[in-house]
Amino acid sequence: MSSNLDQLYRRVIMDHYKNPRNKGSIEDGALTIDMNNPTCGDRIHLTLQVEDGKIQNAKFDGEGCSISMASASMMTQAVKGKSVEEALQLSSTFSEMMLGKDYDDSLDLEDIESLSGVSQFPARIKCATLAWKAMEKGVSEEKE
Amino acid sequence: MLNTKEIRSYFPILNQEINGHPLVYLDNGATSQKPIQVIEAIKKYYEFENANVHRGVHTLGNRATDSYEGAREKVRKFINAKSTKEVIFTRGTTTAINMVAQSYGQANLKEGDEIVITHMEHHSNIIPWQQLAKRTGAVLKYIDLEADGTLSLEKVRETITNRTKIVSIVYVSNVLGTMNPIKEITQIAHEHGAVMVVDGAQAAPHLKLDVQALDCDFLAFSGHKMCGPTGIGVLYGKEALLDKMEPVEFGGEMIDFVGLYDSTWKELPWKFEGGTPIIAGAIGLGAAIDFLEEIGLDEIEKHEHELAAYAMERMSTIEGLTIYGPVDPAKRAGIVTFNLDDVHPHDVATVLDMSGIAVRAGHHCAQPLMKWLQCVATARASFYIYNSEEDLDRLVTGLLSAKEYFNDVF
Repeated sequence: MSSNLDQLYRRVIMDHYKNPRNKGSIEDGALTIDMNNPTCGDRIHLTLQVEDGKIQNAKFDGEGCSISMASASMMTQAVKGKSVEEALQLSSTFSEMMLGKDYDDSLDLEDIESLSGVSQFPARIKCATLAWKAMEKGVSEEKE
Repeated sequence: MLNTKEIRSYFPILNQEINGHPLVYLDNGATSQKPIQVIEAIKKYYEFENANVHRGVHTLGNRATDSYEGAREKVRKFINAKSTKEVIFTRGTTTAINMVAQSYGQANLKEGDEIVITHMEHHSNIIPWQQLAKRTGAVLKYIDLEADGTLSLEKVRETITNRTKIVSIVYVSNVLGTMNPIKEITQIAHEHGAVMVVDGAQAAPHLKLDVQALDCDFLAFSGHKMCGPTGIGVLYGKEALLDKMEPVEFGGEMIDFVGLYDSTWKELPWKFEGGTPIIAGAIGLGAAIDFLEEIGLDEIEKHEHELAAYAMERMSTIEGLTIYGPVDPAKRAGIVTFNLDDVHPHDVATVLDMSGIAVRAGHHCAQPLMKWLQCVATARASFYIYNSEEDLDRLVTGLLSAKEYFNDVF
């Protein structure tokens, strides 16, 4: 049992779950996105500070399982300092990873790579993608 | 205890391995598995009887009609209704409750009237009433729960007033497992001139229903939680009420005479069954009723009380495990909802799944109740006729290894 589970619950994921990065909320002038998974109750409150097409800061708050919260922590870490285009590219690479497809490994995915095992657990994919969907929604609203 | 070994032998799906372990299915609150008797009845219908009902002059048409109406009579006996006129086939509990809200509710409620429900309702017994309240200007009121997740008749009396027109309450909570005193609540509702609607989705599979003894005005339940197929359910209503109610769906099958600008309806129960009905589903439900009655509803209820008591005894030995709902197993059906330490229920469910154990994790379509429990989500093990004490031992072992696994990782 443990070997299968270890594919899902990598140590780096549990570290992000227990010690989330960028936890909290940006107070002033930030984009605010609230999203939830209606079927399971996971909930994310994401704030993004976007200036000159670049994500200057990203913070999240929320409630959910280890996968959803670790993924949110990793997402904020990854997109901070990136341009909106780069963040969206990262997001589409992440989607491909979740679908178990070959993904662009030229990008430096850092901790995000640890979530690749989620693709083996179809019921958990939506947990991992919640934060990314929130980010995509936020920056696409900004672009309009 | 029921002879679970024999009962299991009728359920082909249970005889398989999931992730390398024999399946332990503990998600019966969501849907039950189907015995071969039900699968065969549906197969037989499609292989030998399939035709549309109530129209053909030909032999197959008669066979299909006899089987379909035969299933209605089985349902009538199952819930002890006075007449088959009071048994309407629907898509499920949700559709049945919506029919009451749209037909009876829309015609009988006005601004300032009250609809009374509780904090332990499933979304399907909340949202139809929210919508009805919005359309009519009626007020939606909630009966508070006691700390152990039960209802006190005192609070029921405080909440129901002479302005109350509809009281709609779940018989058995899908989260807490609480069995509510429906007969007593119905009496209070009637004293105030309100009609009593019962959400029987979690009751019909597990205990003997008797609409005449309960004296409820409407009762809704689904086939798929009681060994029947999905897509079939029942709305029971007292004939005098149904008689005055307008249909909610119009079309073929439900009409008497159709003119260019107006039409008249068939008699009960068909005026509520517009379109080709769920024939195979009703026949499957009839077979499920035969199967359950062969085992005996009283025996089933006893079996589940025993399993609930055993589960609670064993699970309470797990340090850090919280069980929600009534502490007294006699007050609950075979449903145990819990949380394990800080481990999120999704993570618990995934670990159990890796051991072949199926449980539900999430808000169980009861978000207001989750708020009352002050949790975002919970895990739920719900039992049925094929579950044994060994299954619960497997659950406990699975929970202990989940605890160990996450303690280790953290």
